[in-house]
Amino acid sequence: MRRVAIIGVGCSKFGELWDMGFRDIVISAGIEALEDAGLEGREIEAVYAGNMSAGRYIGQEHIASLIADYSGLAELHVPCVRVEAGDASGGVALRQAYMAVASGMHDVVIAAGAEKVTDVPNAMEILSSSADVEWEVFNGANLPALYAMIARMHMKRFGTKEEDLAMVSVKNHKNATLNPKAMFRREISLETALNSPYVAEPLKLFDCAPICDGASVVILASEEVARRYTDTPIYIKACTQASDYMALHSRRDVTTMDAVVFASREAYRIAKIEPKDVDFAEVHDSFTIAEIIAYEDLGFAKKGEGAKLIREGVTALDGDLPVNTSGGLKAFGHAVGATGIRQAVEIALQLRGDAGKRQVDGEIGLSLNIGGTGATAVVTIFSR
Amino acid sequence: MLPKFWRKIRSRYNLIGSHCENCGSYFYPPRNICPKCRRKGKVREVQFSGYGKVLSWSVVHDGVENFWLSKPYIVALIELDEGAKIVAPLDCNPDEVREGMRVKAVFRKFGEDGEDGIIYYGTKFVPV
Repeated sequence: MRRVAIIGVGCSKFGELWDMGFRDIVISAGIEALEDAGLEGREIEAVYAGNMSAGRYIGQEHIASLIADYSGLAELHVPCVRVEAGDASGGVALRQAYMAVASGMHDVVIAAGAEKVTDVPNAMEILSSSADVEWEVFNGANLPALYAMIARMHMKRFGTKEEDLAMVSVKNHKNATLNPKAMFRREISLETALNSPYVAEPLKLFDCAPICDGASVVILASEEVARRYTDTPIYIKACTQASDYMALHSRRDVTTMDAVVFASREAYRIAKIEPKDVDFAEVHDSFTIAEIIAYEDLGFAKKGEGAKLIREGVTALDGDLPVNTSGGLKAFGHAVGATGIRQAVEIALQLRGDAGKRQVDGEIGLSLNIGGTGATAVVTIFSR
Repeated sequence: MLPKFWRKIRSRYNLIGSHCENCGSYFYPPRNICPKCRRKGKVREVQFSGYGKVLSWSVVHDGVENFWLSKPYIVALIELDEGAKIVAPLDCNPDEVREGMRVKAVFRKFGEDGEDGIIYYGTKFVPV
């Protein structure tokens, strides 16, 4: 296997992009990535596009070729693959692109993620189809309700408090004020989060990430080719994926995402590092409880002690292990299939020293992208 | 839409799941393959007693369309006495729910596809 590097990154603004269609959003991210890498376009050998549900969100399928077409690649006839894994679609697309380069099949590929969700009124219903529609959602358990049951059990078993969840939201909103492309760029107080209405008890409005429009692109190249294009290649040291039972009720323990445990242990093994070697991370805070559980399942804290990290400020921007420097899904916005790539963009910017006012120090960054309630997990470890 | 719902009616109405005679595990909804034994598994159909206990729950204020008539509603993660777990609506006062509370399955209306559409029924749980 060859070493694989990120040589260019691009990201659209995330949010309710009323004046932009699916194609506009993708192109804004794609052009930025090509310019960042200094590519003309002809160098691209394949495209992997993460997208959860264009068929339901915009009524358009076959979007991998559509993306290549509107990226100006139609006459180059590059192969294009759409990748779907719920809201882990972006992470899985990144892994497919990574494998294509690592294996020697391709030298330069695009890993993209895109979602246009605001053209329909039922965005959460569609996102909830990343859970088990027939046996969870039909029974009244949409994604917020499922994460709420996870949260209640975590609170009961380990003493995690609603205040801890609110602190995750406050932290991520604060980080997003330093990110020009974030959806929500204003600080919120702990009281605002705690006083927001319940969506699914014990989760409140400010515990739930907003589903939004957005696209992200990273360009991957083999180590040898990367050196031709950039002095600051960001290497992917490991990119692992694991799956688990689709429905929460089938799992061994609902307060642990075994797919995250499995994927991260495998990633640490391949990268030859330990959890303590990670300097900063982007994790999948689709709901605030998911960030706290991620601390535990990634090995940053012991099982049940995740809330300590947020209480003690360890994961704050100026803490020892900053998490979600971008603002996370909660405040940067959760553009579903784009999120896994968006996390890679943030980590690459941080490792290059291009993260502006939210810049943190570090040699090793980690991203965690989750599908549904944990039936898919993708863990990627990056370094300079 | 109709066949998609009808072909699951036996399991939805009567809590029919699976039991692996090789390892003793119970599953709901039914599975054809035991995820513990795979090819060595001997999976048979089983009807659950309908009794169990609440492991976790949520009072849902912004939920699934079929349930909007009764918003807020409760969904619970329930461990059936045989060992399988199920996520299902819990029909009781939100203040009543406790971890470990004994519950039993009941046949209830879930919702309908508009005024002219079919009516969905299924299994909800109530306190014993």
